[in-house]
Amino acid sequence: MKKRSGTFYLLMVPVLLWLGLLIVIPHLDMVYRSFRFETDDWEMVFSLNNYLTFFQDQIYWLTFVKTALYSIGVTFLAFVVTFPVAFYLTKVVGKKYSSFMTLLLLIPIWIGELVTVYGWMILLRDNGVINTFLMNIGIIKEPIEMLFTNFSMTIGLLYMSMLFMIVPMMSALDSLDDSLIEAASDLGASKWTIFRKIIIPYTTPGIVSGGIIVFMLVIGDYVAPNILGGKSSLWFTEQIYNKFLMSFNWNEGAAFGFLLLGLSSGIVWVALKLSGQKLEKVGS
Amino acid sequence: MIRSLPCSKTYSAVYRFYITLFYIFLIMPLVTICVLAFNDSTYIALPWKGFSLDWFFANTDERLGLFKDVDLMLSVWTSLKTGFFVALFSTVIGTIAALLFEEEEFRFKGPLYFLAISPLVIPGVVLGLSILLSSTNAGLYFEENFGIDIELLRPSFWLVVIGQFSFGATYVLLLVSARLKKFDRTLEEAALSLRATRLQVIWLITVPFLRPAIIGAFVVAFLLSFSNINTTIFLVGSDPTLPVDLYARIKFSSTPVLNAVSFMIVAFVSLAAIIGFVNNQKNGKS
Repeated sequence: MKKRSGTFYLLMVPVLLWLGLLIVIPHLDMVYRSFRFETDDWEMVFSLNNYLTFFQDQIYWLTFVKTALYSIGVTFLAFVVTFPVAFYLTKVVGKKYSSFMTLLLLIPIWIGELVTVYGWMILLRDNGVINTFLMNIGIIKEPIEMLFTNFSMTIGLLYMSMLFMIVPMMSALDSLDDSLIEAASDLGASKWTIFRKIIIPYTTPGIVSGGIIVFMLVIGDYVAPNILGGKSSLWFTEQIYNKFLMSFNWNEGAAFGFLLLGLSSGIVWVALKLSGQKLEKVGS
Repeated sequence: MIRSLPCSKTYSAVYRFYITLFYIFLIMPLVTICVLAFNDSTYIALPWKGFSLDWFFANTDERLGLFKDVDLMLSVWTSLKTGFFVALFSTVIGTIAALLFEEEEFRFKGPLYFLAISPLVIPGVVLGLSILLSSTNAGLYFEENFGIDIELLRPSFWLVVIGQFSFGATYVLLLVSARLKKFDRTLEEAALSLRATRLQVIWLITVPFLRPAIIGAFVVAFLLSFSNINTTIFLVGSDPTLPVDLYARIKFSSTPVLNAVSFMIVAFVSLAAIIGFVNNQKNGKS
């Protein structure tokens, strides 16, 4: 092995410190803490109690399953809602408008989740803008209850995450040569066939990276479920948060955190396997 | 279907209608927030009671405007400071990591790279709580064994910076790496054969080439920090960042001053986006 220059270590050491101190050790700590349990006489022992709590108490694992299913659902919804937009911006509308319309998509991303969730709260509540408007024009007599439901939570989650999917899909679509579509069309393929046989296979990498980003944002989100969701729409992150900052049971909180990490990594792993992609590609 | 192919009128009309709906969906919450920031009312709701700048400048018993609200201004200031330090540290370490992974060969490079981009698939909540656990443990350790109390390791301003940096560096790494992939290595080789040291090459040739990406990454890291709440909420001490403060107010005591703050954020982001857009158009890039 050749001798390393000083520069190599100058690059290596900060990176090792970053990853070691802020990623590896904290997560090992979390796993370790998740197996600690405080007995009645204030003694810390090794135990599986924190995980048993999770499985024994229905509310925990029900929330866990619900969070997982909703996150997958919202990710799918985000794809359905944004794919036509990504296609429109790259393949249909004129170049002149497309760059401006793309810019508009980026603005809500940078404004941040909290402000946009707050906006939805004002829109959706009983005396909110949508209800007031509908009552004024006489479509409804009584306000429709929209805030603090699964519906409002889904809207919030969708809104804050879907735009992250458009960008990777657009870059995949951008590199799709128009002549492929033209050729298929000349040979008599229907729109649906072109979509299924050419466009979707070609853009799969973009869809997968976008989907993973959206999924991670949704499953790890705290603000939208907490502000827009009601009592019935608990999110698993809320329970982790409660363990840490309300009931101060950090050991159980660590166990719950580890379960969430396992869940999200597991689903991402399955998605990568099913689509034949690599995580390294998602980043780029 | 695409620009070069003709398609039926109905298809185009339906498609265009959908796109219009999508943009309405996108803009509706932002417009609502902004309009209601100027409503002359103590409630964050319609009806419209006339134009007023009270929620920006008033200082009465009933209405405390944004610029008179000391707590709120303080949290804006905290967020700006946090964003600056997070962006600074993330940019430095992220760029170093990009140079390491793109230009050096070493054992376990694959696993290390995987670790470096893992914050993309770690929920922010988990990142926050695990750093909280570790720092608290380390703090206890130092206190028990050396009798010193390290402020840094308790929920505080700097712990928030550390927490946000832990994933900010990943985004910088990705952005800078993307640019580094387009770099012509022969430039470095030429400099090396002219007896520049490796460090000189990086500083005088590679980094100037990377400058646009580094500046862009700095901005991205700042914005990530400025809007983050999932990680921050576990690490925040007595000085809340703006999102944490806003969150508490939305939950417990909302007045239209929230709209005023949001309006400022929306206006600022839109302005920055437009300036960036015009600049890009001028430079002929898209």
